[in-house]
Amino acid sequence: MTELIHGMYAEGAPVVDTKAPAGPIDKKWTKRKFEASLVNPANRRKLSVIIVGTGLAGGAAAATLGEAGYHVKSFCYQDSPRRAHSIAAQGGINAAKNYKEDGDSTYRLFYDTVKGGDYRARETNVYRLAEVSANIIDQCVAQGVPFAREYGGLLDNRSFGGVQVSRTFYARGQTGQQLLIGAYQALERQVSAGTVEQFVRHEMLELIIEDGRARGIVARDLVTGEIETHLADAVVLASGGYGNVFFLSTNAMGSNVTASWRAHRKGAYFGNPCYTQIHPTCIPVSGDHQSKLTLMSESLRNDGRIWVPKRREDCDKDPRQIPEADRDYYLERIYPAFGNLVPRDIASRQAKNVCDEGRGVGPMVGDFRRGVYLDFSEAIERLGKAAVEAKYGNLFDMYARITGENPYEVPMRIYPAVHYTMGGLWVDYDLQSSIPGLFVTGEANFSDHGANRLGASALMQGLADGYFVLPNTIRDYLAKGPFPKIDAHAPSVMAARASVEERTARLLAVNGQRSVDSFHKELGHIMWEYCGMERTETGLLKAIDLIRGLRAEFWRNVKVLGSADTLNQSLEKAGRVADFLELGELMCIDALHRAESCGGHFRAESQTEDGEALRHDDQFLYVAAWEFGAGTPDPNQPGDSMGAPVLHKEDLVYEAIELKQRSYK
Amino acid sequence: MSGGMNLTLRIWRQDGPSDRGHLKTYEVSDISPDMSFLEMLDVLNEQLNAKGEEPIAFDSDCREGICGMCGLMISGDAHGPEKTTTCQLHMRSFKNGETITIEPWRADAFPVIKDLVVNRSAFDRIIQAGGFISVNTGSAPEANAAPVPKPKADRAFQAAECIGCGACVAACPNAAGMLFMGAKITHLGELPQGQPERWMRVVKMVAQHDAEGFGGCTNTGACTVACPKGIPQDVISTLNKDLRYAMTHHGG
Repeated sequence: MTELIHGMYAEGAPVVDTKAPAGPIDKKWTKRKFEASLVNPANRRKLSVIIVGTGLAGGAAAATLGEAGYHVKSFCYQDSPRRAHSIAAQGGINAAKNYKEDGDSTYRLFYDTVKGGDYRARETNVYRLAEVSANIIDQCVAQGVPFAREYGGLLDNRSFGGVQVSRTFYARGQTGQQLLIGAYQALERQVSAGTVEQFVRHEMLELIIEDGRARGIVARDLVTGEIETHLADAVVLASGGYGNVFFLSTNAMGSNVTASWRAHRKGAYFGNPCYTQIHPTCIPVSGDHQSKLTLMSESLRNDGRIWVPKRREDCDKDPRQIPEADRDYYLERIYPAFGNLVPRDIASRQAKNVCDEGRGVGPMVGDFRRGVYLDFSEAIERLGKAAVEAKYGNLFDMYARITGENPYEVPMRIYPAVHYTMGGLWVDYDLQSSIPGLFVTGEANFSDHGANRLGASALMQGLADGYFVLPNTIRDYLAKGPFPKIDAHAPSVMAARASVEERTARLLAVNGQRSVDSFHKELGHIMWEYCGMERTETGLLKAIDLIRGLRAEFWRNVKVLGSADTLNQSLEKAGRVADFLELGELMCIDALHRAESCGGHFRAESQTEDGEALRHDDQFLYVAAWEFGAGTPDPNQPGDSMGAPVLHKEDLVYEAIELKQRSYK
Repeated sequence: MSGGMNLTLRIWRQDGPSDRGHLKTYEVSDISPDMSFLEMLDVLNEQLNAKGEEPIAFDSDCREGICGMCGLMISGDAHGPEKTTTCQLHMRSFKNGETITIEPWRADAFPVIKDLVVNRSAFDRIIQAGGFISVNTGSAPEANAAPVPKPKADRAFQAAECIGCGACVAACPNAAGMLFMGAKITHLGELPQGQPERWMRVVKMVAQHDAEGFGGCTNTGACTVACPKGIPQDVISTLNKDLRYAMTHHGG
């Protein structure tokens, strides 16, 4: 352990992934599957697994482990597993099927994903992701997922950002919905078969660790308020990402970090928390009342052209009156090879740049207009309105409903918004966290997307983890079980329950002046301003200060009405915001320590002459795995105490891919 | 863009499942026409919180019209006056000075939990009864091994758009769940993968539907009018046709 660096954090011993076997990259997964211990079918029903979250990663894992014969307990905060936020994914899912015979392969999908992530992902995990991608499509089609098809009856593909092949499978603009319903139906089949117990409207509020192993959770029944203990042989977190730390994001209202953060506080390392994806094509903010932002699928960039006026004085004109010569199709100009299909981080930053230059469009937000045009007039002319409608109709309808404008007539206005978090709990190749018996899948882990995720890769990762990876790796752990039965009154259980009860009571007891939402909005403003699309050392230091102040005020001045023994949505939100107030600080510390730019993490101090992200591989070619720093309770700072976090570095080793400066020109 | 609106809201308040419940009147002012309906309720809830009155409980999650979590009876219409979900309904659909009555879904199979929140787990149990294709992970054939004629694929897709919000039940004078169920029967029944379990599926799902206390279908079509995803009424015909065939050829 070192002295505090920047007065903020300490550095601990490096961390390594010990599970990926040696050997050529294309043999590792086969080898690992073979080497992982097996559990005899008769023993599986004696082994139990808790899975928190029912999105693609959690729902698929619960169904698959149930089919295998394990006893699964599945939890979600929504009223049905089918509502998990994977459902909102629009554009598609990548798979290296090479149905288009356009040069795709497992290796190319692997390569594109590592490059897209700006060489900050773990090579072994990404190769495996590409390797199992084709099986996902087979599985989903067999379940009845209605992917888009050609007239010959075979599956259709389209292209997505950051790549030059068409490998994306899709179901109009509702791919996530269709994949999730497939996983949900598989899950419900297991509920009916008795292998899966389903707990809806339940929220995990604490992790139970016994004898150094994750053995259960404390959950609150959101309807009755009852605090429940659930014990098992292993725990899987598939609880999604933490984009809602920004208040405004494309995440669902309930998406939260609590399950992950509670595990982090109990010893699970948090990997690369500052890696956030700001998605370029979202509907711009319209006012203070806004509760969330809405994504317009990246698939729109296949046919829509992005532009702003060349001259500032044209910015408030009707776009249809601006002649071709006065428009700046800036992505096509700067990146002729990829054009409008550059990766998300690049498209977002360039949108910010043109708006900062005063060439944004739409209403003024502060001193600037925050919007760029996404124009389909050329596509409508080329393909006809009917063809555009068939491809993107539901997205156009959604846009019209939210903005009150007709995108067939007037170009859409879009602006970047927080969409996905590449960071998450640190896991090894087996998807096991730094706590034995605690596994983390999907967006909740950090593993596959490096510093920027490519479009149509989140669905791929969620289902890869859920259907094919976790079920194969968790058996190696479960083969050591069943672990000794834990008494419901064991000290570890009682302490976890007591901490949940105490925290709940404390939130209700503050009885201050400000609503939970007002704290959440203020935190969101701080994060967006200083830890959003562009970050600087001074900004981050300021943000950390502001967040600490806000967190202290929260515990002194929040107002949560109602009681703990009934449905109480303010209380649910309060617990989530309390955790976001801690996570926000860690994100800023991570962003501060990583004095390079990579992918979505853009430090203004580190850029090339053309303003592109400049990595420093000599200093930062590692995963930052943060250990929670237990603080000493301070009577002047009510609320949970937080000490300085400890940084553990996992060196990134590239054997199959050569490190390069990313270029999409 | 017009100025802010003033509205009178009559909102169902019910402390819990056993409370009788009542409509309570609230006034909101300066509501922007660009707000969504749920954001308008967020504003009201912030006001209530400040005054020390417990906020109104209502469900919502994605607020993009796809998760199916939200759903309110708005002046007698499921999801309100437009053909969309409650979260995608915007205040520009209302007039300044209007009185809006807001109630939960009303159906025996969807008991009220609190205020505007209802329990729709009956839908999950209908799916558990047979709304799936039995294929274990790993046992799937190559995806392009079974081509699907485009018209069938398109009809399956249209039916698969159902978001399980329950508006069809809320709108139905009999509180039937037939549009929801018909959508699943049609989605899976149009595809080659869904054929092996087709007849068993319909029988089991209908039995569960009836056991949950949903009413019978009398073809009023109120469901399809309320459906935010435009699921057509003919999915119910498909369900009835499959059920009739299953009962007569497979002994039910």
